[in-house]
Amino acid sequence: MNPVYDLKREVEKPARLTGGHRLCAGCGAGIVVSGVLRALNKEDRAVVTNATSCLEVSTFMYPYTAYTDSFIHSAFENSAATCSGVEAAYNALKRRGKVDGTVKFITFAGDGGTYDIGFQSLSGAMERGHDMVYVCYDNEAYMNTGIQRSSSTPHFSRTTTTPVGSVRQGKLQNKKDLTEILVSHNIPYAAQSAPLGNMKDLHMKANKAIYTEGPCFLNVLSPCPRGWDYPMAKLPEIVRLAVDTCVWPLFEVEEGVWRLTYTPKKKLPVEDFLRMQGRFAHMFRKGNEWMLEEAQQYVDKKWERLLERTGA
Amino acid sequence: MSICLSGNEAVAFAMKQINPDVMGAFPITPSTEIPEYFAQYVANGEVNTEYVTVESEHSSMSVCIAAEAAGARSVCATSSCGLALMYEMLYVAASNRLPITLACVNRALSGPININNDHSDSMGARDAGWIQIYAENNQEAYDNFIMAMPVGENVRLPVMSCMDGFITSHAVENIELLETDAVREFVGEYKPENYLLKKENPLAVGPYDISAYYMEHKVQQAEAMKAAKARLLVVAAQFEKFSGRRYGLFEEYRMEDAELAVVLIGSSAGTAKAAVDGLREKGVRAGLIKVRVFRPFPGEELAKALSKVKAAAVMDKSEGFSANGGPLFAETRSALYDLKERPYLIDIVYGLGGRDLKTEDVEKIFARLAEVAVTGKTGDVYSHMGQRRRSQHESGL
Repeated sequence: MNPVYDLKREVEKPARLTGGHRLCAGCGAGIVVSGVLRALNKEDRAVVTNATSCLEVSTFMYPYTAYTDSFIHSAFENSAATCSGVEAAYNALKRRGKVDGTVKFITFAGDGGTYDIGFQSLSGAMERGHDMVYVCYDNEAYMNTGIQRSSSTPHFSRTTTTPVGSVRQGKLQNKKDLTEILVSHNIPYAAQSAPLGNMKDLHMKANKAIYTEGPCFLNVLSPCPRGWDYPMAKLPEIVRLAVDTCVWPLFEVEEGVWRLTYTPKKKLPVEDFLRMQGRFAHMFRKGNEWMLEEAQQYVDKKWERLLERTGA
Repeated sequence: MSICLSGNEAVAFAMKQINPDVMGAFPITPSTEIPEYFAQYVANGEVNTEYVTVESEHSSMSVCIAAEAAGARSVCATSSCGLALMYEMLYVAASNRLPITLACVNRALSGPININNDHSDSMGARDAGWIQIYAENNQEAYDNFIMAMPVGENVRLPVMSCMDGFITSHAVENIELLETDAVREFVGEYKPENYLLKKENPLAVGPYDISAYYMEHKVQQAEAMKAAKARLLVVAAQFEKFSGRRYGLFEEYRMEDAELAVVLIGSSAGTAKAAVDGLREKGVRAGLIKVRVFRPFPGEELAKALSKVKAAAVMDKSEGFSANGGPLFAETRSALYDLKERPYLIDIVYGLGGRDLKTEDVEKIFARLAEVAVTGKTGDVYSHMGQRRRSQHESGL
């Protein structure tokens, strides 16, 4: 484990997700993956798994792969089972003296592949206790198919299956609290992170997840310029506002102990986060003030509950 | 060694002798006993397989795919709805050219839900790119499973080793087991050229494959399936050398001078052979072809075997709902097209959802074939057998 974070040292490491992949400019997924893979010790090998996703089709289009490590993708809903299969093979072959050295197993899947269609596979793999890290890059909708709502999409958000019309405006339901559900699997480590500032938060959590034995889960906010509708250069600012408004709190749960890893100096109004994104534009129309109020109340309630749990 | 075993235990025993690297395990009737027996082998330390008890068949196939890609020999077992839940992953396994071995214990596919035997599960997966081998009895189920890996790993295709649910899987019969050392030597070690855990050379599996490359990959897959036919025969010949038991792409039973024949798959062959023997005693020149390998389909060989017959009936143990006959019929009729003189051919769909087949039923089919051979009139080319008449059905009989 790296006791001290040094950004310069980290970015000077050879990239394990190389440039030339086809993700959009201003997309969070690429920097989340790079950030997590940088937390691997240089000498350790990894096998990376992807669920079908923007990430997968952008990083491994035949015959080019952007990963320097071994990689496997097989379908949308089974990335956790796939990762656990590789881990099972490693255990079997190691036992029979056919592989040596340390190999780490890391899965990346979007929120559709995690909160929804891959949920069963994820729950099963966590319960079985494979030594693996599952990273959800959460961009809050099915972006690869063109921005459809998922159970991770927040209340009021506009997507192509929750459009804004004269009777309904955006998604009707709240976002599923997946991190909490994963904590309930009693896994050794679960955390929420984001590609924030100098990436220290993500690095430290990824390092802990990778080097904690057993199944670990990271839920990482990953803005999408197409789906969220923001200018691509605004990515760092959006992430900053997500955490400073407490819309996306940063915390970790280690062996059942909750710990807040970031407290905003000044908790900003949720409006500040929403205003920057086209997906929430209708919330600022006249007559929709109640939406902003409800959104604020929801975030406040969740934040209070988190403060209680973390004893902060 | 002669021993009394059920079909499920025979296959589980073959798995134990092979001692695979990874097993994805999930229960479904009637294949459940296979992972149960295997779990006991694991618990007793008789194998050191990584036994992964997943939460669905979709995940058991996903685990096998990932493990096989990682360099590990992987097996699993399933039936019916379990195979259907794997459907997507069957295609992924085959297209990634991963030689997984799956014991498929054939059972009717819902709905309505039914746990008994027919072939609708594996026939529904016939285009998935898997080699499909069918057993008539426990001995064949055991032998086929042992031959599966030397075939699949050579041509880099997954193999579905099928037996009939309950009829074969649960019936206890005397079978001959092979010595474990000999089985291990025959099956050999799994040595893929490239795999995820290979230290010297990282591998990427499962790309997004665009139109510029996809078709080439599919053609390679098709070539592999063609190559599998020759490989199946090579492995069968090697198997015969050390076991004394002979296998081909299909079995010809009393076909030398047959004028009338049935073509079928699986355990019904036992019943039909008894019927053939009875008819032969009465002077009827009856014969039987039991298709062992359905994928790759032995079209040319089958056409040759049927070329001297006057009339034949394909017996399909799955419907297919093509409104044009079952899957075995479609393949067989297509195979006969290239013959200069073709036999008359009819299709009988029978035995769905475990409906019993009796020797009298097979005799009736031969009686019909005799009439067809004489009159040259096939009547309904495609029909069903063994069901109630609608009036009986509606009155609850």
